[in-house]
Amino acid sequence: MAARSLGVVGARVVVVAAAAALWELVTRLAAQPYFPAPSTIVPRMYELWFSGPVTHVFLTDDALDTFPPSLGRLLVGWVAASLAGIVLGLAIGRSRVLSDFLDPVIDFGRAVPPPMLVPIFFALFRIGTPTQIATIVFGVIWPVLINAVDGAATVDRQHLETAKVFGLSRPQVIGRIIVPSAMPKIVAGLRLSLSLALIMMVISELVGSTSGIGYRLMTAQQNFLITDVWGCIVLLGVLGYLLNSSFLLVENRILGWHSRARQNA
Amino acid sequence: MLEIIDVTHTYGAYQALGGVKLTLAEGELVCVVGPSGCGKSTLLRCVAGLVQPTGGRILLDGVPVSQTPDNLAVVFQDYSRSLFPWMSAAANVALPLRRKGMDRASRRTAAMEALEQVGLAGAAGKYPWEMSGGMQQRVSIARALAYRPSLLLMDEPFGSVDAQTREDLEDLVLRVCAHHGMTIMLVTHDIDESVYLGDRVVVLSRSPGTVAGDLQVSLPSPRDQIATREHETFVRLRAEVGRLIRGNQLSPQET
Repeated sequence: MAARSLGVVGARVVVVAAAAALWELVTRLAAQPYFPAPSTIVPRMYELWFSGPVTHVFLTDDALDTFPPSLGRLLVGWVAASLAGIVLGLAIGRSRVLSDFLDPVIDFGRAVPPPMLVPIFFALFRIGTPTQIATIVFGVIWPVLINAVDGAATVDRQHLETAKVFGLSRPQVIGRIIVPSAMPKIVAGLRLSLSLALIMMVISELVGSTSGIGYRLMTAQQNFLITDVWGCIVLLGVLGYLLNSSFLLVENRILGWHSRARQNA
Repeated sequence: MLEIIDVTHTYGAYQALGGVKLTLAEGELVCVVGPSGCGKSTLLRCVAGLVQPTGGRILLDGVPVSQTPDNLAVVFQDYSRSLFPWMSAAANVALPLRRKGMDRASRRTAAMEALEQVGLAGAAGKYPWEMSGGMQQRVSIARALAYRPSLLLMDEPFGSVDAQTREDLEDLVLRVCAHHGMTIMLVTHDIDESVYLGDRVVVLSRSPGTVAGDLQVSLPSPRDQIATREHETFVRLRAEVGRLIRGNQLSPQET
């Protein structure tokens, strides 16, 4: 097991290194100002964000102005959407009446491209964080909601009958039976919506924001700071990777029974 | 203690039960045997309150069954869908005990005791998917035992395990049943099993299910997998039950 995961890590390092080398080669051969080489981008990123004092964990003032608002919006938006999605989804999944009423609304809602709603959120809230959070919430709630509906609706009938026979109370049935059996699907939805939240964060910051990574990307673009633009892009990619990796760690903790049960089956 | 009075049940146009009359006395182990599709599982589900019969009445200790009764437990055939895979064996057994107002420590103690009775003292921390089928069904039985129901329903409880395990589990049920003095209604399609286990064997006819025969099993206790099965009463009853079931079989073109 340990040997295998070491091998995986090794293979990943090789793939990343090879991709970086290829990127370097192509951009050098092309010699286009719009496509700086990674060897230009990475030092610029270091200079912009990671050359700060030790007391600030090497983060520069620019980084401290840019990262926390973005990450804050992303996490608040994602957590709010997740909670709302899970609660609503479980309710809809277990209630025939609710699903009959709300299915069309859900289909309508998720067909609306969230960026289109940014101006509406502007009008509702004001320029600033509430608008960004509203955009993120609206953009990422759907995978969680739909998966929670599905998970709650497909609880094994025999599990529910067992619960009924042994006289479990309503809260017990929800907490001990429905939530755990819907959990694998909910978690799949959460993971999807987390990566979506990063995208929604950038989109929401591109317009009508005065801080954050998206805003930084926008201003760099407007000032033709091509290397800065690429720096933001790479930063977002790394951030996405880190978010997903941390999510997987948590997932392994709460859903260990599920993956191990499937391996045993 | 259990009275089933003229119970009928229809699923749409299909009549599963055609007026079943059956009484179980306190402490009795009654096997309900019949060909597949005779409605024996439907009957059990009616008693468990999982299905509302179309007609007739079911009284448990004189009280009509409408919802699932408090003092009743079920062991289902499909243990893998009845045990909760996100809980350890001990947690599965302890879960229903909250209802009895037991605190955490006494729930735990009761669960461990029940697991010990089914020979799984060492497996309390294991998850169902780490266990063999026979072990999982033992956990189901332990869950039912810990619940201390006055009536235990078993729906083809050994239908999904291998022959050797099946015999072990049969003897386990006989042993704990004698120990707790529980009333048990066990549904099976296996004639040998019904005669081996039952104090009484009730034969249901093919659909719509009605009681085709009700036989006292006067075999010596404790029963023994080898000796009991070669006992002349066993052989005679087995043939009799077989005849009752066959006698009610439809001709091939009708099935």
